[in-house]
Amino acid sequence: MFGSFIKKSRAKSPWIMHFDCGSCNGCDIEVLACLTPLYDVERFGIINVGNPKHADVLLVTGTVNHRNKKVLKNIYDQMPEPKAVIAIGACGTSGGVFREAYNVVGGVDKVIPVDVYVPGCPAKPEAIIDGVVAGLAKFAQKVEEAK
Amino acid sequence: MDTLILVIIGIVAGPVLGGLVAGLDRRVTAWFQSRQGPPVTQPFFDVAKLLGKERTVVNQWQILCAWVYLIGAATSVALLFAQADLLLIFFVQAVGAVFLVMGALAVKSPYSQVGAQRELLQMLAYEPVLVLVFVGFYLVTGSFSLEALWAQETPLLAKMPLLYLALGFALTIKLRKSPFDFSTSHHGHQELVKGVLTEYSGPYLGLVEIAHWYETILVLGLCAMFWHTNVAIMAVLVILTYLVEILVDNTMARMTWRWMLKRVWLLGMGLSIVNLIWLYAR
Repeated sequence: MFGSFIKKSRAKSPWIMHFDCGSCNGCDIEVLACLTPLYDVERFGIINVGNPKHADVLLVTGTVNHRNKKVLKNIYDQMPEPKAVIAIGACGTSGGVFREAYNVVGGVDKVIPVDVYVPGCPAKPEAIIDGVVAGLAKFAQKVEEAK
Repeated sequence: MDTLILVIIGIVAGPVLGGLVAGLDRRVTAWFQSRQGPPVTQPFFDVAKLLGKERTVVNQWQILCAWVYLIGAATSVALLFAQADLLLIFFVQAVGAVFLVMGALAVKSPYSQVGAQRELLQMLAYEPVLVLVFVGFYLVTGSFSLEALWAQETPLLAKMPLLYLALGFALTIKLRKSPFDFSTSHHGHQELVKGVLTEYSGPYLGLVEIAHWYETILVLGLCAMFWHTNVAIMAVLVILTYLVEILVDNTMARMTWRWMLKRVWLLGMGLSIVNLIWLYAR
């Protein structure tokens, strides 16, 4: 019984860690907009934490470059399982307009496994919330399959 | 036998009430900020999720410290329900709180280290105030035992109004509310990430959270003792006190530890000592 309560709780309490990999701040502002009274993601139990050790979902905005790919990997590795990754915006999903640049590795999925891609330049707060909900469904499925 | 039943009630009701108080707190705070806020049961989902996460620790000390913090907090609530000696409750609570700090100090992370130092300063501020409040209990009832309180005919608030205000300082620090939430805070972002809690993760963070609920109930229980003659007024007193805490949390900025030590020692201990002198001279 307690096991099923824990499983149910995972979807009800996704704590989010936001990492800006090299974004122009457009997507970052939209991520933070989700916390404002207009969108109020806390009603779904979502909390924006600043610590990977407390996080369940990693939101990544911006392109990955050779400098910050290690940081991204490090943050991902510090998050305890089960976890999900959501790439946000054109740059996070594919590298965007910077994908051909000499210093750019590409999208987030070049470094860590990504569960959900949220497109947009910048991504809308509604799309980000939608992405988190889709990410949770995938992550519940992953937990099921692992057992 | 009755004592055993009371102890069991305390251990079971502590986290249930504490979790509900935390949930209501988040609802009311959201209402103050014209948001909807999470469901009242949200803290239970959070802790259940944390308990189900992967166990990752930096070293074995963290496991021991999280457990001792929980056991210390639970025992102090059990002792409160069993109407035990106030000084015993105080020391058991302090042992638990010190272990939380030790767990944070056992890790190299600078966030955790600075958070632990700040937590120690917070303890330095509230513990003398708590002791002075207990001295007030002693001067009124003639005993440190909570059982002696029930022989009193008038509520303690009439005799210890200034001590109640001083207890408010301790309550604000213990609940991790602004302006005293600098060792760690309920809100996501602060300059120290999560301060003293930074390196506790997964199930151990869950244990620390449950211990925090116990501590909330302990301090609110002490507030309730100020009106023991009537249960309805006791409930009103506790609810009003908590609402004032949420109001203070939402209207104050986070201050520095120097500011806290000055305010809590001068005002908190000043109020307590004036009240104690009055009780003594009466």
